[in-house]
Amino acid sequence: MTFIRQYSMLLIALLIASNAYGELVIRVTEGNDQPTVIALSPFDLNGLKINEDIADIVESDLRRSGLFRLIPRKDMLAFPSNSSDVYFRDWRLLGAEYLVVGSMSVLPDERYELELSLLSINSKKVQFTHRVRSSATKIRDLAHSASDKIYKSITGIRGAFSTRLAYVSVIREGDDFTYRLQVADADGARESLMLESKQPIMSPNWSPDGKALAYVSFETGRPAIFRQNLATATREQLTDFKGLNGAPSWSPDGSTIAMVLSKDGNPEIYSLELASRKLTRLTRHFAIDTEPTWMPDGKHILFTSDRGGTPQIYKLKLADRTIQRITFQGNYNARASIAPDGRTMAMVHRSSRVFHIAVLDLKTRRLIELTETTLDESPSVAPNGAILMYATKYNDRGILAAVSVDAGVKYNLPAKLGDVREPAWSPFLR
Amino acid sequence: MKTRINLYASLLAITILTGCSSSPVYDSESETTEIDTTEIDNADVKTAEVESAEIEVVPVVVDVATVFYFDFDKALLTAESRADLLENAVVLASNTRSVRLEGHADERGTREYNMALGERRATSVKEFLVMQGVASDRIEVISFGEERAAAYGSDDDAWRLNRRVELK
Repeated sequence: MTFIRQYSMLLIALLIASNAYGELVIRVTEGNDQPTVIALSPFDLNGLKINEDIADIVESDLRRSGLFRLIPRKDMLAFPSNSSDVYFRDWRLLGAEYLVVGSMSVLPDERYELELSLLSINSKKVQFTHRVRSSATKIRDLAHSASDKIYKSITGIRGAFSTRLAYVSVIREGDDFTYRLQVADADGARESLMLESKQPIMSPNWSPDGKALAYVSFETGRPAIFRQNLATATREQLTDFKGLNGAPSWSPDGSTIAMVLSKDGNPEIYSLELASRKLTRLTRHFAIDTEPTWMPDGKHILFTSDRGGTPQIYKLKLADRTIQRITFQGNYNARASIAPDGRTMAMVHRSSRVFHIAVLDLKTRRLIELTETTLDESPSVAPNGAILMYATKYNDRGILAAVSVDAGVKYNLPAKLGDVREPAWSPFLR
Repeated sequence: MKTRINLYASLLAITILTGCSSSPVYDSESETTEIDTTEIDNADVKTAEVESAEIEVVPVVVDVATVFYFDFDKALLTAESRADLLENAVVLASNTRSVRLEGHADERGTREYNMALGERRATSVKEFLVMQGVASDRIEVISFGEERAAAYGSDDDAWRLNRRVELK
């Protein structure tokens, strides 16, 4: 019996390995020193034919977070699928601190249901039992939702495995360019094409409900800001001003998009209220003002300006338009991405000649350089504030990489084709 | 999206409680009595169609330099660029065509800041030409930032060639 089950799991694993990922392949380069040891007993499929290895997707999620060490399936003495079948002693001998068990079933409406339990081996307790339901085509969502639950229960931090990434990829053939705006799961799987153009596409930015993206496209021959719904592909050109139309940033309440326009002579920050189309100029300075990003409170906007001689990050208070300089260390600090706590600010930071990703704690003023590679740019903090994605160069090609905000965990998402750039991490999607 | 299914929960609690006697080493009081259910209903991503309206630029064959180079994070014209631009101003005075100044930056620094920098460079070329008598409305400025490199590679030679304004 066990043999048959092991054999079928192996078969499933082989099937998955051939087509699980789209363009992006994850490589974990650094992990936590003291990972939590966890075992995932392969879920009982109850004879269902499912073309994804759910437990394997969950294992990959947990491994990628850098906080866990997974017990290999071959070391497991049994594959319990129900918490009542668990012999805690066996798992303790394997060194497991936690065990996940679960089983799949089909509901009367033909949707799938995964019921999973997280067990603490030391305290011999069930931490939680949870049911996740999805249609047959959304098995990966079901798995990521399970990962979120497990991660939250053990770390206390909300999991961001069910979120998405938007990014731009570019393929160049001679003088011909193909720019693609793409969206994939946070693990790089299920890459989808939103837009393809021969002209540059830049600066994707998520709406706070995760249903739309704002971005810059040069398809009219000049830069213009568009918004596009992910599910319907309905798109709308929001701006068509002379000069720069760039760096869109959606406000936390979704009502307004901040942007940079140079229609009045040089780059200034504006806000565009979407319902009324009311455009408001927010800065007034002969220097470059660009890269606006909203603080989570919706009352302040961070932006990059070289008004002090070098690019630095400033904070604009919307109520009275007062502006305060935020960064002082280094001769180039730009493109802020703020964590949901409103306190941890990621940015592009240059010390000496090299561009790194750094985080600045706005309260303690402590600055940490997170990356050691050069030409790192476009940091985007995950909605749970634990990790951030950025763009870097590897073998002369643009790739995406992730680093935790304490620099302890790092992984790369190298693309098979072309240059990948400008990652934008989605908000929580439910 | 989360719904608490009380009926299921109580049913399961009963199942677990009754199952306890036959369970292996098991701590019954720890069992959760509520099971959250997450319903997943994600929409797939659709692809939009683009009608690319590439702006046709008629190349002009003149025997003067039409690419002007800049220092890092700077938009100041070099002496060489000024000399070349004086010649361009003479050519432009002899006709009425419109020109386009495309500003570019090297890959270092952030993309949107480089968009602004490319525009600043193209604008300083435009201002110089206007001072030489070229009508302002004949000149369009557009920045490509670091999106259209002239030279590839991540070294000083490539970067020098990419910090430029092209007159078209």
